[in-house]
Amino acid sequence: MAYITATDLAIGYDGQKVAEHINFEVKEGDYLCIVGENGAGKSTLMKTLLHLRKSLGGSLTYGDGISPYEIGYLPQQTVVQRDFPASVWEIVLSGNLSKTGLRPFYNAKEKANAVENMERMGITHLKKESYRNLSGGQQQRVLLARALCASSKILFLDEPVTGLDPKVTAEFYALLKQMNQEGMTIIMVSHDLGSSLEYASHILHVGKGEIFYGTVEEYRKSKVSTEFHERFEGQEEASVTEGEGK
Amino acid sequence: MSVLEQLQYYFEFPFVRYALIVGVLISLCSSLLGVTLVLKRYSYIGDGLSHVAFGAMSIATVCDIADTNYLTMPLTILTAIFLLRSGQNAKIKGDAAIAMLSVGALALGYLLINVFSKSANVSGDVCSTLFGSTSILTLSNSEVRLCMVLSVVVLVVFVLFYNKLFAITFDENFAKATGVKADWYNFLIAVIIAVIIVLGMNLVGSLLISALIIFPAMSAMSILRSFRSVVILSAIISVACAVVGMLISILASTPVGATIVVCDIVVFAVCQIFRKE
Repeated sequence: MAYITATDLAIGYDGQKVAEHINFEVKEGDYLCIVGENGAGKSTLMKTLLHLRKSLGGSLTYGDGISPYEIGYLPQQTVVQRDFPASVWEIVLSGNLSKTGLRPFYNAKEKANAVENMERMGITHLKKESYRNLSGGQQQRVLLARALCASSKILFLDEPVTGLDPKVTAEFYALLKQMNQEGMTIIMVSHDLGSSLEYASHILHVGKGEIFYGTVEEYRKSKVSTEFHERFEGQEEASVTEGEGK
Repeated sequence: MSVLEQLQYYFEFPFVRYALIVGVLISLCSSLLGVTLVLKRYSYIGDGLSHVAFGAMSIATVCDIADTNYLTMPLTILTAIFLLRSGQNAKIKGDAAIAMLSVGALALGYLLINVFSKSANVSGDVCSTLFGSTSILTLSNSEVRLCMVLSVVVLVVFVLFYNKLFAITFDENFAKATGVKADWYNFLIAVIIAVIIVLGMNLVGSLLISALIIFPAMSAMSILRSFRSVVILSAIISVACAVVGMLISILASTPVGATIVVCDIVVFAVCQIFRKE
């Protein structure tokens, strides 16, 4: 039994299918990267997995002792958050919200959980700092600590390294790797194909008309991968030249 | 007569005391929700709603309904829910829908009052609805009671749902993904905003109520760093400005609503001077 099983899943919005016939499963301890072209449905798939959108067909089941809302989620940063007056403590603590149910306030156990996860992410000294004054890397750690409060089993990340500098990005990947080795299941949407292949155990490629799911080794050998890689490299070069032009 | 004696004299009238109580309650409620509203980028919804409330009040006046709140309140609440939903489905873009609704309601309201009103002083009536100039001192007993009950309800709801409101304000998707019924809370926020706006119309009038919601929140946000401290400071600023504004308006015979808003503006300006970062 897997944590998440998708069978012939179709995704999209406003009744328009973006991608269909998606089959994959996520087992405990897996590190799944969702890759593919922009607009091919990576983010839509993520939103569907998180119940932010309804699936348009097929089935999506949660099992192996995980409830559909027992999810840690690290979103792409939104504009609202950047000027939001909130302390690190308030944000991390809010990860426990789903456990409170109808109870209006957090109990001692939930506060202890928040303290523990701040410790784990090395942000205890920032407890009273305002989120908007932190660096990009620190903000990611805060959101990660919040996600850990929500779930100690499975973590969803949506383009987590966008806007981070290379050093912080490397640290962030190392942190994820360590958490994965400690037993955390990870599902990440990423446009960073190189790092995905380096760290992930499984790859789900969502492309226009072509869906691939398998281990990283299988993916490297697949036709989807070669084609995508060539295009991806092409894009990289194009963006580099563009950058130099400016 | 010294200022204190003068105030003492005025406070012997029950309607002055009522006005002060209502003023404090409304400013407290509006500032608490104001922080959430500003951060969720809903400030413009508050502005649109206040115009709709004016239109609804005109209809109630024309229809000769004894307590205009009974019509204004449900109509404004319905509009709030509609606006929030239209923001999500976006057939007509949210900001355009709000602009149309607010000017439409304003025009319709003025037209109705002008054509059908039996009052001898139409422009006075309109002016006091828009700017709340005198209505705060003519509150009836039942209006004061309604206002107190609703304010207490708003406060209790805010305290009970404080942590949930914070979570969905900061990151709605995260809250939803972890199983919080964010749509329900957005609905709750819409209803509360509508209630506050209708109540606040008595105090500062429908054109100025947005100021009561937005200014204290912006002032507090510019100098403090955590959500809770911002909420608390914004409540303190709002209540203090309301009290000071009302006292000044009693002593200097200035219009109540405008005086309170000017106090809010002054505090906001001072906060900008002490802004950190």
